[in-house]
Amino acid sequence: MANYSTTPGPATAAAVNKRIRRGRIEPIIFHTLNTIFMIILVIVTLYPFLNTIVVSFNAGSDTIRGGLYLWPREFTLQNYKAVFVSGTIYNAFVISVARTVLSTLLNLFLTTMLAYTLSRREYVFRKPITFIFILTMYFNAGLIPGYFLMKDLHLINTFWVYVIPSMISAFNMIVIRTYIGSISESLVESARIDGAGDFKIFWQIIFPLCKPVLATIALFVAVGAWNSWFDAFIYTSSRQELSTLQYELMKLLSSSMNANNNPSVAAGAGMTQGAAAQMVTPLSIRASVTVVASVPILLVYPFMQKYFVVGLNVGSVKE
Amino acid sequence: MDETLTKNRTVRKSKKEKKMTWSLIKSQSQLIYMSVPLLAYIILFAYVPIWGWTMAFQDYKPARSFSDQKWVGFKHFEFLFKDDSFLQVLRNTLAMSIINLILGFTTAIILALLLNEIKKIFWKRTVQTISYLPHFLSWIIVTGIVATSLASDGIVNDVLLKLNLIKEPIQWLSEGKYFWGIVGASHVWKEVGWNTIIYLAAMSAIDPALYEAADIDGASRYKKMLHITLPGIKPTIIILLIMSIGHILEAGFEVQYLLGNGLVLDWSQTIDIFVLKYGLAQGNYSLATAAGIFKTVVSVTMLLFANWMAKRLGEERLL
Repeated sequence: MANYSTTPGPATAAAVNKRIRRGRIEPIIFHTLNTIFMIILVIVTLYPFLNTIVVSFNAGSDTIRGGLYLWPREFTLQNYKAVFVSGTIYNAFVISVARTVLSTLLNLFLTTMLAYTLSRREYVFRKPITFIFILTMYFNAGLIPGYFLMKDLHLINTFWVYVIPSMISAFNMIVIRTYIGSISESLVESARIDGAGDFKIFWQIIFPLCKPVLATIALFVAVGAWNSWFDAFIYTSSRQELSTLQYELMKLLSSSMNANNNPSVAAGAGMTQGAAAQMVTPLSIRASVTVVASVPILLVYPFMQKYFVVGLNVGSVKE
Repeated sequence: MDETLTKNRTVRKSKKEKKMTWSLIKSQSQLIYMSVPLLAYIILFAYVPIWGWTMAFQDYKPARSFSDQKWVGFKHFEFLFKDDSFLQVLRNTLAMSIINLILGFTTAIILALLLNEIKKIFWKRTVQTISYLPHFLSWIIVTGIVATSLASDGIVNDVLLKLNLIKEPIQWLSEGKYFWGIVGASHVWKEVGWNTIIYLAAMSAIDPALYEAADIDGASRYKKMLHITLPGIKPTIIILLIMSIGHILEAGFEVQYLLGNGLVLDWSQTIDIFVLKYGLAQGNYSLATAAGIFKTVVSVTMLLFANWMAKRLGEERLL
C-alpha cells in the first residue's frame, strides 16, 4: 500500500480503480443486507403482537382451525366481553391500576426526597446513608426471610404488600441524585438566603426541576409495578379480590399450557365451556387478556423513549 | 500543672466540637427528618431479613420461639451438596445464565454495530423504538407469546414446515434438550434492543475524525467496524462483562417457572425455583434458606472478584 503512493504505475492504477469500484458497490450491498436484516428484526418483534391482537378479535372456535395470520377471519368482540363479564379480570385491572399509580407517586416523591438530602454536600449523614442504600443493590436476604418479614409486619394478604416493600430504589436514587448534581448550586443558595428550609427547597425548587429525569424513572417504576406478578403469587394468592392483572394472566397461561400438554385436560376444559361460550376458548381469552395487559405500556412508552438514553447514561455514572 | 492545662484544653476543645456537631445537626434537622425515616425503612426491609439466615443453621419449626429452635450447624448445606436434585438445579442455573450471557452480549453488540451503520435518522429511530418494545412487557406476556409461537401449530413450526426444513412439527416445549436454547432465545427477543442502548451511546462518543481518517486510507466498512468501532466500545463491553459476573447464579426465575412443565423439569429448574418449591410449597424453610444463602454468597464473592479484576484491568471499579 505504501508503495503505490510514492511510485504510481499501471498496476497500482488498476488497484485504485478496483478500490473505487468496490467503494461504490460495497456500501450498496451492505445497505441492502442491513435493511433486510432490520426489516426481519421489525417483523420478528412485531408479528407476535399483531397475531395476538388478531386472535383476540377472532372467534375462538374459528382460531382453532389455524392459519390465522394478520387479519381476523371471524371478527368478534366476544373474547373481550367474556374477559370483562367474568368480573375477576375487571377487578384485577382495577387493582393493577391502583398499585401502579400509588407505587409510582410514592416512589417518585420519596426517592427524590432522599436523593435531594444525599446530594447536599454539607449533610453530616450523607456518606453512611448513601453507603447503606447502595449496598442493597448488590444483595438481598432472599425469598424465605423476605416472606417471614412480610408475615411479621402483617402485610400478607393486604393490598399494601404491593406498595410498601418497594417504595425506594437505590438505583433510581443514584440516577436522580446525579441529575440534581447538575442543577445550579446557586438556586439552592439563594432560596436559603430567602429563608427557605430544606423541605421547601426540595419541594418547590428541586422536584419541579427534575421533571425530565422523573419522567424516565416514572416509566421504569410504573412498568415494574404494572408487570409484577410474583408478589401477588406468593403474598396474596389466597385473596382473589387482591389479584393483579398479570397474575390472572399467569394463571390463564399456566392452565392453557397444561391443557396443551395434556389432551384429557383440554377436552375437559372444552366441555365446561358450554354452548353459550362456544366462540370463546382458553386460547382466545388468553390473547385478549394479553392485549389488555400490554396496551397501557404500548400507549405510554413511545412518548418516554427520548428520555431512555439520557436516563441510562446518567445511571451509569456512579458517585 | 502542665498536664492539667492540656487536659483542660482537650476537654474544652471536645466540648466545643460537640457543640459544633450539635448545632450542625440542629441546622440540618430538616435534612435529617427527610432522610432518617427512609434509612429506617431500608434497614427494616433490606437488612432486618438477614436475621432470617439463622434459619439455615437450625431445624426451623415455625411455631417455636427463637430460643427453642434446634441448632444443627451446616447440616442443611451438607445435604444440599449431596442432593442430586440440587446439583442438577445448580447445573441448570449455571448453564442458562452462561447461555444468556454469551447470547445477550453478542447479539446486542452485533445489532448495535448494524444500527450504527444506518444513516437515515428516521429509519434508525423506528427500528430502535420497535426493538425496545418487548423490554417493557412482562415475562408473562412474553412467555405467552413464546408458548404460542412454539406450539405444534405455531408460527415457528409453520415456517419450518413450509421451508421443508422439518417433516413434522417439533414439540419444542416438551423436550428438555431444547429448553435452555428457548430460554436464551426468549431473553434475546425481549432484551436485545434494550441492551443496544448503552453500546450505541458509547459509539456516539467515538471521535468522527477517526472514521474520516480511515475513509481517506480507503478502509472498508468492515475494517472500520473492526478497527475503530469495536475498540471504541471495548471499555463498555469489558465493564458490562465484569458487572454481569456478579449475576452468574441469576439465570432468572420467571421464564423457567412460566415455560417449564412436568416434561422438562430436569432442565428447567433453577435455584430460585428450588427455593420456592422447598421453602414456600413444602415448608422446608431451613433448606430453602440455605440454598438462598449459597446463592447470595456466591454472588457477592463473584462481585468482589469482578471488582478486583476491574481494578487490575484499569477499568472503573464497581464498589
